[in-house]
Formats: sequence, C-alpha cells, structure tokens
Amino acid sequence: QVWQIRLDMHLLNHDGNITDAASIAGIVALCHFRRPDVSVQGEEVTVYTPEERDPVPLSIHHMPICVSFAFFHQGTYLLVDPTEREERVMDGLLVIAMNKHHEICTIQSSGVVMLLQDQILRCSKITAVKVAEITELIQKALENDQKARKEGGKFGFAESIPNQRITAFKMESAAVDTNDVEEQAGEIIAKADPPSEVFANPVLHTPGTAQIGEGIESSWGDLEESEKEEAAEEEGESEAAAFECEKVKTEDTSTVRETKSHEPIVLSDSEEEEVVILEPQELPRKTR
Amino acid sequence: SLSPGDTSVLAGLYGPAEAKISKELPDRAALEVLLRPKVGLPGVLERSREQLLRQTCEAVVLGVLHPRTAISLVLQVLSDAGSLLSCCLNAACMALLDAGLPLSALFCGVTCALQPDGTILLDPTARQEQEARAILTFAIASSERKVLMATTKGSCSVEEMQQCLAAAQRAADTIFQFYRDSVRRRYSK
Repeated sequence: QVWQIRLDMHLLNHDGNITDAASIAGIVALCHFRRPDVSVQGEEVTVYTPEERDPVPLSIHHMPICVSFAFFHQGTYLLVDPTEREERVMDGLLVIAMNKHHEICTIQSSGVVMLLQDQILRCSKITAVKVAEITELIQKALENDQKARKEGGKFGFAESIPNQRITAFKMESAAVDTNDVEEQAGEIIAKADPPSEVFANPVLHTPGTAQIGEGIESSWGDLEESEKEEAAEEEGESEAAAFECEKVKTEDTSTVRETKSHEPIVLSDSEEEEVVILEPQELPRKTR
Repeated sequence: SLSPGDTSVLAGLYGPAEAKISKELPDRAALEVLLRPKVGLPGVLERSREQLLRQTCEAVVLGVLHPRTAISLVLQVLSDAGSLLSCCLNAACMALLDAGLPLSALFCGVTCALQPDGTILLDPTARQEQEARAILTFAIASSERKVLMATTKGSCSVEEMQQCLAAAQRAADTIFQFYRDSVRRRYSK
C-alpha cells in the first residue's frame, strides 16, 4: 500500500509566465504539506489521525524551480520572466528548471528560435542566480508560517489577501505612449490612397431596386481569381468599416443589385462607411 | 475575533456573451454557474450547489433584456472555514453588481447553525457547523427581505426555522450595508 499525493493548482490571475509561478507554488505546497503518521509492524499498518500524532512532512530531496526566458528577433533579445504581453509576441521560449545545488532538472525549448550553445549556458547561469534567491524566499516563507502556527498567530491563504500580498485581482494598467500618435496618424493618412470617387446618383428602377453605375459581365465562373483583396486603411478619423459586398447579376437585365450585409441600397448618406463603387472595367473591391 | 483561515471565494462573471446554439434560450439569458472546490475535481456536492446558486441568480437577473446570450459565473473556493454556501452567494451577488448586469434586487446569503441546546449561531465556523444539529442557509433579497432560496441540512422544527429566518433577515441588513460601502469605495476613487 502506498500513499497517493494529489496536487491541485488553481490559476487566479494570468499575467504571463504561468510555468514559473506554478512550479514555485507546486514545490512550496509539497514542502508545506503534512501527511498522517503511519507505523508498520510486520503486516499491520496503523495510520494515526492528525489529532493522535502530529502529521509528518513529505521527504523532499531538492526543490527544482523553473525559470523562463523569452527570445525576440532570432535570439538578439532575451527577457527573463516574460509578462503576458511579452509572451504573446515572443519568438521562442526556453524553460530551465534548476535546484539550488545548480543541478539542471529540465530544459525545454519551444518556438521558432535557434539557440546557440553560449546562449543556453548564459541562461543557465542566470537561472542559478534566480533560483538561489527564490529558494531563499521560499525557506523564509515556510519558516514564518511554521512560527506563526506554533505561536498561534494567524496564518493561511485568507490572511494574505487583505494585505495585498496576493495579486489575484490585479492587472497593471499598461502605459500607452501617445506622444507621436498624431504624427503617425498623419503619416498613414498621407501615404494612403485617397478614397475613391463616389457615384451618388442611384437610378431607381422599381421600389427596392436601384442601379449605380453600369453593370458588367457576370463572372461567377472565375470568381476566385478576379476578386482582389485590398488591405484596409485603418485611421482614426477617416471612414473605415468592414463589410462585404456581393454582386448578384440577373441574366436578362443589366441591373446590378448591390447588397450589403447590414444595410439596404442607398449609399450616399452614410458618412461612416467606405463606399464601394462599381466601375465599368473593374470589379468591386472586397474590402476588409 | 476571527479564527485563522477565513472562508474566501473568488467569483468571476462573464457575460452577457454569445451562447452556444445548444444552450441559448430564445427569450432570456442563459445563466450558468461553475463552482470549483479548493481540492479535487467538482463533484456532486458542487453540482447541487451550482444549481442552488443558479436558481437564486436567475430570480434576480433580468434575463429578458439579453435574450440568446450566456452569462457564466465561475466561483473558485480559495479557503473554507465554514458558511461556504452563503459566502458563495455573497460573492455571486457582488460579481453581478460589479459586472453591471441588470438586476431586479440584490441578494445575500446567511447561514444559521442550530445548536443542540437550541441557540442560533449566525455564520458558523467549520467546527460549529459540525457540532450543530441543523444548518440552514438562506438567500435573502434586498427588496422587503424576501427569501429567494432556503436550504437545510439536518432536522429542525418549523418554529426554529422561522426564528432562524428572522435572525437571517436582520443579519441581511448588515450585509447589504457592506455591499453599499464596498461599491462606494470602489467607485469613489
């Protein structure tokens, strides 16, 4: 018969680098845990309840701690302990698990970055430093908790919450640099193509059907090559809306009914949306 | 004085968001509650508590304003030192408040423990819960202190239940005042 140990981890707040946090939490939980005492006499096994005999700690040989490194620009830049935003844009990730005796327990490399040997050695040196300080913090915390329990003071998870030591519900507001936004916006507008001309005179044939411009040949057959996709211009001020236009051509008439996904025919009133024009020689552009 | 290791529950509310076709209701919002225990996987006890919470919340949330949407409430038990269900109820109500969902009333949870000698204890600790003859949990609405949900574990007489209910309704005032203070503090910065 053996003991089965189950470790449940609950992620309260994800601001990057869950691996490191989880590894620290896991190893601390295992060090902190106390299991019921057991005595074995031949075939007889007696399990004592926590009231009968003090529970004993698990035998932990060493404490491996993970440290993560994020790489950017094919290894040019290295960040230790990336935040969530940094994680989202990183090229590659290297995770090294080490204990305080400088023994590497795990190395895990992922992403599209090719690492050189000296980079990995450098990372492991950084890991050694970090692991030393983290292990010391853990030891101090465990000692404090043991002291608090012995002296009858308050301990436990709920105690840490009001003191703001557990950052469960926090997200730091990211500072956005708005110094040269105006300049950038101006640049974008200057470089962008001017919005195309608007034919603002639809011809109303019957109620519900309008014609704008001249119709052209149906091109259902070669729809894929002929559709051009243009990148949308994103500016703050000018109109940029996403909608899809479908061209439906009836065989007998040359009327082209333009349907937008959420608005009926007449276009000229809308100021917000980019207007699509039907020119005789060009197909309507599908903007996105 | 508080005993070490108080009960705390973390609540996260998401919605009204797009619902899966299988789960959407045509005329109101579909409310879903997930209660995750501190240790282990959610079991039958969590499921029954989830249903209690869900029905309480559905009674106050104006779901008809958001048809075909889904509102998910996720509760994570951080520590349990007694009165867990009422803590979950309070957390749920504060989450609904914080998210700005339209509610017809606020609600709060109060737990009463009936001791063997007949005294009523409000918000019992884990030890007191174990020794009690019966534990009653009420969800009380803020409008006229009406009862939204009542659940009992153990046996008690009808008069005792009425007394517990009266005590809980009085205690509800303190809790609603706490809601007001918290919200005021949060939005006064």
